[in-house]
Amino acid sequence: MLACLLPALVLFAVFMVYPTVNVFRMSFYTWSGFSPDMTFVGLDNFRHLIDDKQFVRAFQNTVALLVVVTVVTMGMGLFLAAIMTRQKLRGRNFLRFVLYVPNVLSVVVIAAVFSAVYDQNNGLLNGTLRLLSLDGWQQVWLGNQKIVLYSVGIAMVWQSLGYYMVLYMSSMSSIPEELYEAAGLDGASNARQFFSITMPLIWQNLRTSLTFFIMSAVNLSFVLVRAMTGGGPDSSSEVLLSYMYKQAYTNSSYGYGMAIGVVIFVFSFLVSLLVSRATRREPLQF
Amino acid sequence: MTVINSPRPRAPRSRIGRVLTYALVIAIALAIAVPVAWVLLASLKKKSEFFGSPWTLPEGLRLENYVDAFTDAHLGQYFLTSVLVTVFGLVLVLAVSVPAAYVIARYEFRGKGIVQIALLGGLFVNVNYIVVPIFLMLVDWDKALIDVFPGGFFLDNPGVLSLVYAATSIPFTVYLLTAYFRSIPVEYEEAASLDGASRFRIMTRIMLPMARPAVTTVILFNFLAYWNDFIISLTLLPGEGKTVQVGLLNLFTAQKAAADYGRLYAGMVIVIVPVLIVYAFIQKRLIEGMASGGVKG
Repeated sequence: MLACLLPALVLFAVFMVYPTVNVFRMSFYTWSGFSPDMTFVGLDNFRHLIDDKQFVRAFQNTVALLVVVTVVTMGMGLFLAAIMTRQKLRGRNFLRFVLYVPNVLSVVVIAAVFSAVYDQNNGLLNGTLRLLSLDGWQQVWLGNQKIVLYSVGIAMVWQSLGYYMVLYMSSMSSIPEELYEAAGLDGASNARQFFSITMPLIWQNLRTSLTFFIMSAVNLSFVLVRAMTGGGPDSSSEVLLSYMYKQAYTNSSYGYGMAIGVVIFVFSFLVSLLVSRATRREPLQF
Repeated sequence: MTVINSPRPRAPRSRIGRVLTYALVIAIALAIAVPVAWVLLASLKKKSEFFGSPWTLPEGLRLENYVDAFTDAHLGQYFLTSVLVTVFGLVLVLAVSVPAAYVIARYEFRGKGIVQIALLGGLFVNVNYIVVPIFLMLVDWDKALIDVFPGGFFLDNPGVLSLVYAATSIPFTVYLLTAYFRSIPVEYEEAASLDGASRFRIMTRIMLPMARPAVTTVILFNFLAYWNDFIISLTLLPGEGKTVQVGLLNLFTAQKAAADYGRLYAGMVIVIVPVLIVYAFIQKRLIEGMASGGVKG
C-alpha cells in the first residue's frame, strides 16, 4: 500500500510542498541567489514593499484587471450561456466549438495573435480603422500607458470567455424545462426568468467558478503580460507575479521577490475567502 | 390598460430580440475566429504584403515561411522536444497518480486525513508561484553533483522538466481519479478477489479499465497544461534546447524587432494547428470532463 502512495507523495513533497515552504522562508532573507551570503532580515522585505512605487503599481494593476476582467467575463459568459441554452440557436454546437478555441491555445500564441491585432502600423485593428476612415481612433494599443492594461484585459477575456460559457451551459442545461414553462405562462419575461430561475439555481456553480477564476486570473495576467508587454511601457502593465519574476531573475533579489510571492499567496487566498463569504446563500434545489 | 397573457403584442418585439441575439452572438464568435483565421492567412504572405491594408489576401500559396520557421528558427526541433516532454510527463503522472488515487479511494490507513488535506491544498498552489524556488533547488542539486556531472544535470534536462510537470499536476490528477474510483461499486473488486486476483491485478485489470473516462479527462487536461506551458520551460531549460512555446516566444521577439512577420506567423500556425486538430477530435470529451469536475483555470 505504501508502495502505491510513496512515489506520488515524494514527488509532491519535493516539487510542491518544499518549494512552497521555501517561498515563505526566503521572504525573510536578503539573498542575491548565487552567492552564499543569505542574511536574515525579518520583515524588512515586507516593509520595503510599502514604499516601492513599482510594487504598488503592480498591485493596483492586478486588482484592476481582476475586477474588470472578472465582471466582464462572468457577465458575458452567463449571458451567452443563457442564450445558448434557452434560445436553441441554430449552429449552437459550432458556436460552442469556436468560442472554446482560445482556451486550448497557449498563452504565447494568444500573445502573438494579439500583437498581430494590436500592431501599430500593420495590425488588424488599426488597419481596419484606417479602412473605415476612422483614422482618429487608431491607437498604439500596447505602447500607450493609459490603454495597455485594457488591451491586456481584452486578451484575458478573449481567452477565458468560452470556458466559463461552456461551464455555465452545462449547469444550466440540467434545470428542468417545466420551471421555465410555468414562468412563461405566468407572463415572466426572459430577463425575469433569468434572474428568478436560472441564477438562483446555478448559484453554487457560479460561486465555485468565481473562486477558481480569481486564482487563475492572477496567473493568466502574469503569463500574458510576460509574453505580450514584458510589463511595459514603463511598468504600466506590470502585475504582481511579473514583478516577482523580475525581482527574482532580472534584479537577483530573491528574498524580495519571494516576499512579493507571499503577498500574492495571502492576497489571492483572502480574496477567494471574501468572495466565498459574500456570495453564500442557502443552496436551492430543483 | 394591460393585456395579460396575450402572446400577440410580444411577438414582434421578440423577433427583433431574436435578431439582436443572433447578431450579438455572431459578433462575439467573429471576434474570436477572425484573428486566428487572419494569422493563418498571413502566414502565407511575403514581406511586402504586410504593408497596407490587413484585409488583402495573400497572392499565392507561399510555403517558404514555413520552411524558414521549421528549419532556420528550429521550431521543428523544439516541436520534437515538446512532444517528448509532454508524453513523458503524462506517462509519469499516471504511473504515480493512479495507484495513489486507488489506495486513497479504497483503503484506510494511518495519516490518510493528512495526505488528503495536503493534496487538496496543493490544488490551490499554482506552479507559477513556486517556479523560482524550484529553479533554485535544481541549481543547488547541480552544484552538489558538480564532480559527477560537470556540465550540470538537472537544469536544461527535458526529463526533469517532465518530472516537474508531473509532480505539480499530482493534486489535480489524484483528486479527479479518487472521486471516480469511489463511484465504482466495491462488488467488482470483491468478486475478483474471491476469484484469487491480487491487489495489483485488481487495480490494473478491473479498476483502471472501468475508470477510463476519468483517465481520459486527466490526460486531456494535463496534455493541454504541459503542451501550452512556457513559464516553467523558460525557467528550467535556459540553454539551447527549448520547448516549442519558448521557441515561438523568441521568434516573436526577434521578428517583431525586425518587422518581418512571415516566419513568425508561420511559426504560430505550426504551434496552433496540432492543438486545434486534437481539440476538434476530443471536444466532446473535453467538455464532458469539464462538467464532471475538471474545473481548472
